[in-house]
Amino acid sequence: MTTTPLRAPRTADHLDLLESHAIFILREVVAECERPVLLFSGGKDSAVLLHLALKAFAPQQLPFPVLHIDTGQNFPEVLRYRDEQAASLGVKLLVAKVQDSIDQGKVADPGPMGSRNRLQTVTLLDAINDNGFDAAFGGARRDEDKARAKERILSFRDGFGQWDPRRQRPELWQLYQGKVNPGEHLRAFPLSDWTELDIWQYIEREQMELPEIYFAHERDVLLRDDMWLAVGPFVEPRPGETVERRVVRFRTVGDANCTGAVDSPADTIAAIIEEIAIANVSERGATRADDRFSETAMEDRKREGYF
Amino acid sequence: MKLATKDLLRLATIGSVDDGKSTLIGRLLVDTRQLFDDQLDAVVAASEKRGVGDLDLSFVTDGLRAEREQGITIDVAYRYASTPSRKFIIADCPGHVQYTSNMATGASTADLALVVMDVAHGIKEQTRRHLCIAALLGVHSLIVCVNKMDKVDWSQSAFQREVDEVQSLSSELGFKSVTIIPVSALLGDNVVDPSKNTPWYEGPSVLSALETSDAGSWARTTRGARLPIQWVLRQSGGGRTYAGMIDGNAFHVGDAVTLLPANIETKIRAINSGSGERGEAGVGLSVDLDLDDETDAGRGDLIASAPLPTVTKELTATIIWFGDQPLVEGQRLRLKHTTKVTPVRVQAITGVMDIETLVIDESSTLTTNQIGLATLVTADPLVVDDYRDNRVTGSFVLIDVVTNATVAAGMVGRASFF
Ligand SMILES: Nc1nc2c(ncn2[C@@H]2O[C@H](COP(=O)(O)OP(=O)(O)OP(=O)(O)O)[C@@H](O)[C@H]2O)c(=O)[nH]1
Ligand SMILES: [Mg+2]
Repeated sequence: MTTTPLRAPRTADHLDLLESHAIFILREVVAECERPVLLFSGGKDSAVLLHLALKAFAPQQLPFPVLHIDTGQNFPEVLRYRDEQAASLGVKLLVAKVQDSIDQGKVADPGPMGSRNRLQTVTLLDAINDNGFDAAFGGARRDEDKARAKERILSFRDGFGQWDPRRQRPELWQLYQGKVNPGEHLRAFPLSDWTELDIWQYIEREQMELPEIYFAHERDVLLRDDMWLAVGPFVEPRPGETVERRVVRFRTVGDANCTGAVDSPADTIAAIIEEIAIANVSERGATRADDRFSETAMEDRKREGYF
Repeated sequence: MKLATKDLLRLATIGSVDDGKSTLIGRLLVDTRQLFDDQLDAVVAASEKRGVGDLDLSFVTDGLRAEREQGITIDVAYRYASTPSRKFIIADCPGHVQYTSNMATGASTADLALVVMDVAHGIKEQTRRHLCIAALLGVHSLIVCVNKMDKVDWSQSAFQREVDEVQSLSSELGFKSVTIIPVSALLGDNVVDPSKNTPWYEGPSVLSALETSDAGSWARTTRGARLPIQWVLRQSGGGRTYAGMIDGNAFHVGDAVTLLPANIETKIRAINSGSGERGEAGVGLSVDLDLDDETDAGRGDLIASAPLPTVTKELTATIIWFGDQPLVEGQRLRLKHTTKVTPVRVQAITGVMDIETLVIDESSTLTTNQIGLATLVTADPLVVDDYRDNRVTGSFVLIDVVTNATVAAGMVGRASFF
């Protein structure tokens, strides 16, 4: 039997380089900005982002808090995962609630079944403002959407949190410059160049934990707008809709009333990787009602200051 | 699945507005089935809605509302593709002169430029500007698509005229590898498969040229290993390690290295990376280095192996100016080089390039999108290599002190054609 010597030269593979680039971005932003924060939804991308952030500063503690924008319409499994991860990784978790923005009268209450997806921009911008954050790390990837495909790795936001796609800062080489004036801030996207497949291969390699809703399970669902929505407190059958029990999993994690499940028997990371490698439908196309409003739904939300 | 770095090709489309860059990328992605069904459906729906035919291929990358309304690319779109032979990161850049800084953004990380030109119009001024910028940025390989061949009835002589023009310009600019292909991005000829309309052309299609071209030139250098320090990590035992991303050659445990600008010689005791300790670490890896001697090095300093870079407060540099107002002598800005930010003053502007003739004219200012030579004086010493030896330690940006906007790309030294 042979053992691998500790110091054997090893060539860098694709995942090593993606990991390295993301770590580089995390360190640059933390070094150049005064008060960064990491936006943590409990989804797979933000889980990878948090994992990378811990690596970037190990063995020191994470030099910034993580922030969850709680719409009040989350999957309970995801909230549980969020709290467990924060506790076991020893990171400082801040939670900003859309319900508070509603109670303060800043946004109108869309009712218990109404979507709060768009409202969370207000809660997010207030949290950034109130805490004086000048940089917010997000797990967005350029392969997710045509507007995200246009965004810089360090994306400048003005005093109103707006993204102006016509006036982005040039971003040359890997010279990420993150200086902003008071009131302005940056969004930083270390996973910009990762694809959905890269994310899953990395999760497999790093043996990361994820919320169980990513894996195949039985659930009561109903078909609405061509998507399987999970029946629960935020989705009740309307007249004409029937509830079915199916084996499904979620490809993205968002609000329970606008995130669709996909029919899937994939109950391991390896099976998910196989499934994605031959998928015909994109991640957001398969699962996100919030992108179906219009041709430029994501661009419009991003302009307002969305994630 | 393990992929070596050479299996990834980063490319940027360049060329003048409306010559067909986005259409070509759309064609390439559609014909190699890189789009998901819903993405293709959305492009079809948007084309119908805007009355531009069944399928406007430029909408695959032109994803912004304003881009679709105006039919031009405004900012770079990044797309990810893979074929059995390699992975691609595609930067589809805008051609319009107003968005030259966005083109430079896309080209600054490219290994290869996919040049698109309209066969009926030849090399326009903006095509020349893009080629100059790509050459200055150190892109060595070109695939030149002589596009819209359908409009000239697949004329071999029209193609040949462009071949001669492209070859003379690209040799003047010092490109090492140039492949010239007659294509119709609109109809797909010679994009993925060889075309029946060009029996006189025996070279590769765009796809096969992309699959076989040299990748990784971005990072290749033979002049020493470099680690600009980003962050100092305090270890549990009490020591410190220096974190950053490696460029140039590899570092090995036991290597003699010099800490600059302090000029302290020491040795590497250990190399840590995201996946544990390593004996060796090369370009593009984020690591932290444990050194034999305790030093007070910090962010902005550099760890290097021989041959060593130069420590200086005065730079002769090539500048691509993006500011709305002209750059003038005596102007004060901030400069970011590797992980160091320092005040800088423009001592002198020593020339500006005439894009038509590639001759350097005298000038004491640089206006928007002009390329020139300047002498800069910095407040703090910088540790630099010539850009052609190292793209990381040889590059910098200039930053407006009031708005914090990035207003120039800078390269240490000058290219041979410049
Ligand atoms: N006849 C013909 N028309 C083409 C061809 N390729 C592109 N076009 C047309 O040329 C126009 C411009 O195409 P785009 O792909 O948007 O050009 P571009 O180079 O990306 O332009 P910018 O990004 O704005 O610089 C569109 O109307 C295309 O349909 C071709 O091979 N033949
Ligand atoms: Mg275009």
